Amino acid sequence: MILLEIKKLNKSFGGLSAVLDFDFYLKPKELVGLIGPNGAGKTTVFNLITGVYKPDSGSIIFNGREIAGLAPYNICARGIARTFQNIRLFNDLTVLDNVKIAAHKNVPYGFLSTIFRTPGFFSGEKQIEQDALRFLEIFKLENKKHELAKNLPYGEQRRLEIARAMATQPTLLILDEPAAGMNPQETRELMMLIEQIREEFNLTILLIEHDMSLVMGVCERIYVLDYGQIIAEGLPEEIRNNKEVIEAYLGEEVV
Amino acid sequence: MQESKHKWIRFCGEVLILVALFTAVQYAITAGLLNMYYQINLTSMCINIILAVSLNLINGFTGQLSLGHAGFMAVGAYSAVIMTQFLGQPFAIGIIAACVAAAIAGFIIGVPTLRLKGDYLAIATLAFGEIIRVVLMNIDYVNGPAGVVGISKLTTWPVLYWSMIITILVVVNLINSSYGRAIVSVREDEVAAELMGINTTRYKVIAFVIGAMFAGLAGALYAHFFYIIKPETFNFLKSFDILVMVVLGGLGSTTGAIIAAIFITALTAALQSFPAIRMILYALILIIVMIYRPQGLMGNKEFSRETFNRIWGGRK
Repeated sequence: MILLEIKKLNKSFGGLSAVLDFDFYLKPKELVGLIGPNGAGKTTVFNLITGVYKPDSGSIIFNGREIAGLAPYNICARGIARTFQNIRLFNDLTVLDNVKIAAHKNVPYGFLSTIFRTPGFFSGEKQIEQDALRFLEIFKLENKKHELAKNLPYGEQRRLEIARAMATQPTLLILDEPAAGMNPQETRELMMLIEQIREEFNLTILLIEHDMSLVMGVCERIYVLDYGQIIAEGLPEEIRNNKEVIEAYLGEEVV
Repeated sequence: MQESKHKWIRFCGEVLILVALFTAVQYAITAGLLNMYYQINLTSMCINIILAVSLNLINGFTGQLSLGHAGFMAVGAYSAVIMTQFLGQPFAIGIIAACVAAAIAGFIIGVPTLRLKGDYLAIATLAFGEIIRVVLMNIDYVNGPAGVVGISKLTTWPVLYWSMIITILVVVNLINSSYGRAIVSVREDEVAAELMGINTTRYKVIAFVIGAMFAGLAGALYAHFFYIIKPETFNFLKSFDILVMVVLGGLGSTTGAIIAAIFITALTAALQSFPAIRMILYALILIIVMIYRPQGLMGNKEFSRETFNRIWGGRK
């Protein structure tokens, strides 16, 4: 059983091949890391999976269905949610509203009951609020629910992004450098949180991260990307000792 | 239980205030306390509120800079007049026709132009507004540039007042819902919204169509109060007038739009004897607001029950 399968994916920008013959798979409930030097094309891969970019060629099959070339909101509707390398929250809205917006794709009342404020609207709003509060609780943001997203400290903004992604009820969660800018303590807490939500929601998680302690600590399998191509794939120990990976990061050995 | 009972009492209280305001003005009109001068300004005020609140839905909440609002007003005005004056239908049919026609125009213009962003969208909507005006000038059926004269005065206070209230209610109810949050998320970060499952194009078009529809309503009310409509009435300066109200009130604040609409109408009335410096004052006010309050009078805040309670310092 395979949840996400990518075959021969290509994307180039002008003359630059950002992603070249990319092959990749994810099994349900796996936690997989995608690493590589800066500019290797990791975020481009994420953007291709989530529909921000359209691939030049290749296929992306999620849950048995082709999703390459679909609009991002369609891909989200099928159960893929993500966070961003540079945080992209709805800055001028409250923490609670940020999470509520992500729940909109399952809005339990119609457009007309919104205008006429039928009883269905009020019960629906209550349900949306309860669901949103549940996610805020998991991410320990419930006492900041009325703050504007832009006023949160950095670490909490990162957590809110994950909470917001979770509110879309994904089966696959894609995290783009979730620990960037966090101190070791915060990173450790984040690792535990990621494990916790994976258990609780039966999530499959794919993450990009430069913090090797996090990647080696939580990922079950790791892909290494360099110049748009996979150069290695395997268990954390295998990757740690892989010659090509060390070369990609540190350069060739001088004899 | 207690909570919902409180809500009911508050709700009934608010309805009472609305009805009381309506009755007071209605009484003043029938008793002859309001002369024609005040009635004209009161009508402009209500029409401007409808225009500002509906444009604020597009510019303020959805964040799509539209400069073609007068165009939709024209579509509404002409549709209503064709119905009532040329085809002899009752005013209600005219109003419905105005709303439907303007909504359709909004859809036709919105679908292609809402792919554009920022300045490009502003230019495209400005151009579409002008196209509507020029097309009207060249249709002989509605007398071209001369316009339609002698429109019967059907915009009475009840029609005007309740149209305004319905406009405000629809916009407020829409914004304070999941659909409204989806609309606002488009303004905040379109890419992030799209990736959180919001079909951003759809919500932009919805906001645009609803905004256009109420502009059409305003057009119908305008035409049936002021006796005459010409394409020239709905030129891009009219669009700017509405935009000024929205920006002055604060983008994304319905109460701000209402306050600014009242303020601008009153100012215009006060300056009626010096029409030449009206635009200069407009410019000055805008410059001063932009310097000292770049977010507008209300920012994106609302003056709501909560604000009222806070100022009152009462319970909670």
